[in-house]
Formats: sequence, C-alpha cells, structure tokens
Amino acid sequence: MIQVSNLKFRYPGGDFHLDIDALGVECGVSAAVIGPSGTGKTTLLNLISGVTVPDTGTVTTGDIEVSSLDDRARRDFRIRNIGLIFQEFELLDYLDVRDNILLPYRTSKALVLDGTIRQRAGELAEMVGISDKLQRHVHHLSQGERQRVAICRALLPSPELILADEPTGNLDPENTDRVLALLFDYVRTNGTTLVSVTHELHLIDRFDQIIDFSKFRKAGTHA
Amino acid sequence: MRDLLYMAWRYLAYHRIKTIILILSITLIVFLPAGLKILVGQSARSLTLRAESTPLIIGAKGSPLELVLNSLYFESDTPPQITFAESQRVTDSKLATAIPLYTRFSAHKFPIIGTTLDYFDFRELTIAEGRWMAVLGECALGSEVAASLDLGVGDSIVSSPESVFDLAGVYPLKMKIVGVLASNDSADDRGIFVDLKTTWIIQGLAHGHQDLATPEAASGVLKRDGNVVTANASVMQFTEITADNMDSFHFHGDPSGFPITAVIAAPHSDKAATLLRGQYLGDDELEQIVRPATVMRDLLATILTVQNYVIAGAMAIGLSALMTASLVFMLSLRLRKREIETMHRIGSAKVRVTVLLSLEIIIVLVTGILLAALLTLLASQFGEGLIRVFI
Repeated sequence: MIQVSNLKFRYPGGDFHLDIDALGVECGVSAAVIGPSGTGKTTLLNLISGVTVPDTGTVTTGDIEVSSLDDRARRDFRIRNIGLIFQEFELLDYLDVRDNILLPYRTSKALVLDGTIRQRAGELAEMVGISDKLQRHVHHLSQGERQRVAICRALLPSPELILADEPTGNLDPENTDRVLALLFDYVRTNGTTLVSVTHELHLIDRFDQIIDFSKFRKAGTHA
Repeated sequence: MRDLLYMAWRYLAYHRIKTIILILSITLIVFLPAGLKILVGQSARSLTLRAESTPLIIGAKGSPLELVLNSLYFESDTPPQITFAESQRVTDSKLATAIPLYTRFSAHKFPIIGTTLDYFDFRELTIAEGRWMAVLGECALGSEVAASLDLGVGDSIVSSPESVFDLAGVYPLKMKIVGVLASNDSADDRGIFVDLKTTWIIQGLAHGHQDLATPEAASGVLKRDGNVVTANASVMQFTEITADNMDSFHFHGDPSGFPITAVIAAPHSDKAATLLRGQYLGDDELEQIVRPATVMRDLLATILTVQNYVIAGAMAIGLSALMTASLVFMLSLRLRKREIETMHRIGSAKVRVTVLLSLEIIIVLVTGILLAALLTLLASQFGEGLIRVFI
C-alpha cells in the first residue's frame, strides 16, 4: 500500500508548494491521478518513487518509508520495486530496442544482468508485440511501439508498483487503447499497483481509484 | 563497468561521424608537435651525417649552402662552375685527395654526377650488380634510379637535353649501364655516376664524329689546311660511345680549363686541412673552401628555430582545437540532459552516469592518443624515407 501523510513539499526558490494531509492507494489497485497542469501530479510521482523527498511528512510504500531513506537506498528501492513510464517515453536513441529494455540493468549496480533477465526481456517484447524489432534502433519505431518499449523497460525488474506519467499522452486512440490494455492486463495478472497521471478523463473509468488534484490539497478519492 | 563500456561504445558508434572527427582532432593535436620534432630530428641527423663525413668542399665563390647542397645531395641549382685545374691544384698541394664533381646534367630528372673512381672509395659505395664504369660513355646507377626506371646492367640511359629549342646547346648522350650501386640510404642512391670526361662529352667539349678522311665524309669537308680540317654540319656526330667509334672521340682544348662544379678535398691530416683552407683565404681567390659540417650546422640552427615556432603554433592550434572539443562535449551534455535525468529517475547513481559519460570521453581521448602514438612510431620508423622523398 502507498501511504502519504502530512506531506509538505516546495521546490527550492519556487512558489509552487504541495500539501497533502493524507493519501492512500491499496496494493494491486490502479489509480488515476487527474487535475489541471501545475498542481503537482508529477511531483507526487517523484515523491512516491523517492526521486525527491518531502520537506516534512512521510511517504510509505509497502513496509518501507521511502522518505526516510538515504539517496542510495532510495535509488536501490526505486530500481528494484518501481517501474516508471513517461509521456515522452525517454528512450535512448543510440541503443536498439533490446538494450533500451535492458537499460535499468546496464546502468545500476543494484540489478544483475544475466541470461534469465535477457530471456524475460524477450518475453516482455513478445507480450507487447515488438519481439521482431529487438535489433532496431528506437528512432525507427512508431510512437505506439516506442511506448511499448518503455513499458517493457519499466516491467523488466518485476516491480511491485508502476508509476506512469501520462503514458498515453502522445498516442493516438488506437495505441492508447492498446497500451492501456497491456498495462491493465499486466497489473491485474501480477497484482501490481499502478498509479498513472492522466489528462484524458474519458479513460478514468478504467481505473479503480481516482486521485483528483483539482479538489485536492486535501487528498480525495473517487469511487 | 562492462555494461557502461558497452553503452559508451554504443553511443560513440551511433554518433560515428562526430566520434571520428573528435578522434582525428585529438590525433592531430598530439601527433603534430611530436611528429614534427621527430621528422626534423631525423632530417637533421641525416643532413649532418653526410656533411660530417665530407671534410672540405671547394667551389666557386658564392653561396656556401648552395655549394654544399649541390655537392652533397646533388640538389639545388648548379652552382657557378670552376675549372678542373682546381682539382689539380689540390692534388698538386699534396695536402688532400681531390675528388672532382660535375653535376650540371641529368637524365630522367636524376642527376648525372661526373667524378672519378675515388668518389666511390671516399663514400664507401659498393656495387650490387655489374662493375664500375671503366671507359667513356659508361655509367653506374644509384639503386633508387635503377629501381625507379626499371633499368639494369646492359640497358642504356640517355642524358636529358638542357633545352629542346637550343640547337647549339647540349645534345643527349646515350650511356651504357655497366653497374648498379648497392643502396646506402643517401643521395648517392639517386645519382647516375659517370666518368668526369663523359660529362664533358655531354657538354660538347669532347666529341666523336665520322672520319673526315673517308670518301663518305668528303661532301662535308669545307676546307683542308694542312692538319686543320673544317667541316660543315652534315658530318655525322656520334650520340653514343661504342667500341667501334670510341677512338674517334677527342677533346678540343686543355682539360684543365674544362668545367666542374666542386672538388671534394679529403685532407691527409688536420694540419693538412688547415693549410689547405689557408690557401683559399686570399682576397684575390675566385674559389671558396667550406666545411660542410659547419654550413649544415648553420642551416640546422635556422631550421630548429623555425621548428620551434612551428611547434609553438601547432600547440596553440591544438589547444584551441582541444577547447573546441571540450565545447562539443559540453554541448553534447546539455543535449543529453533528459537522458541523464531519465537514468537518474529510473534509479541509476549519479556517479555511474558520470562514469558512463567519462568513459565516452576517455575512449575518444585514448583512441586519439593511440593513433597519434602509432603515427609517431611510423614517423620514427619511416620518417627518413619520407624525408628522402620530400627533401
């Protein structure tokens, strides 16, 4: 379960500040984070994943109080337990599809790249329908294919939690449906928690929980 | 580390043009000063060695450098001529062995060196094939001439006319190749060696023609006055010296007045060298005597000064190129800000990302330096060959 309590966060030198008294997401639940731009949705994902730490308050994921960990522990926690998906995919042009999927294993000492992982990368690519493109550079792929590569990268370490920042924001309706179907299939099959920022309100019915930042400043849930 | 090396390699391979340009820049930055120093050093050694093995050179007054370059390397313009009497003067002094040189002519752009057999002993030259020239019209080729023109013993080579349009000038002479010298990595490899008298034949100071006493030549005779026969231009002149016509070759005039370009004087002792030099100190002397080693040292001092300026310039250019390369890396980092941020967000340590970026720079630097080292090694191995080609 994700638990945010009495959180206050302010970017150094900026006016923006985020105050959340209480917010919770149960294990295995898919939650959509909605609200106007600039209200702190992405900041919330960064706080949950430990990329940033709150000024005060706590962020707990499972049994771990992420906000109290040091830099290295937060990094190791993040790369082992959290899969991150971005709106702009954030793939590396100079690597082919396979190496992009394997990126967390190549850039972190916390994970060990072995034959099993390579095999899993192939299986994930098969699952999202890009197994025939493993040797290709990502700039040769369509937007939808790129996001599927990014999803494979996020899922490779078998994370307990997936944090997605507008994962379908750059996709056409057909690819949006396909990507969401993949994500929901995966989280339901594996019991993984999904927290996804989205501006596409017509999609929120698919999620189990809505976190609405327009009413927020106090955490709210939508049944 | 292996994964980071792999990623750095992938990045450099993907941006291969940028990478190659950067590597070549680093290579040139490192190689230029080092390579230049090596080449100049080798060139200096090569110049000095030959100069130091040549004690004294006598030639017409004028540029000592031109005289030395022409006499040692058969390069530069032919210096003003002196007469063969200068060679006899040295011999008569009994202070030194005189080796006359006449380097005015060429064949296929290779210099023809008219000299005596003493030259070969003096330079310790050996024959690789055939024998030394023995009679008029024979020649021995330097190894490079033979290889370059694909000529050997039994072939012939024709001297080049000085001017195609000068009908009264020097006519070509067909010379028989009787020997090829063993290579000694010096200017001698590029020389065509003939007896001094052969060069005078090329110049027209000696010649052979059909016998004017024969009936076939009667139509060419203009006047007979005792032993003096005047003939017209229809009398056939020989352009090749053969066993049949050799006896018809004869000199007009006193050989001691015939031209040479220099005399190499090999003194019998230090005292003899000093005495010989003293003989050429008079203001009324038309000749000069020079020590090639001194002349070359003066030249090298100038070359080394220029070399230092060039190296300083190359280093300044290298520094600016290095700064430009640094700028390229910095701009590249700015362009890759999102990539760096993504790696950090998914859980990579900043140190690891820094190592990855540093590895890319290190690979470029190390490759550039290794290439420069290879070029420097090649320059040190083959520099002398290059110098011989260009100097």
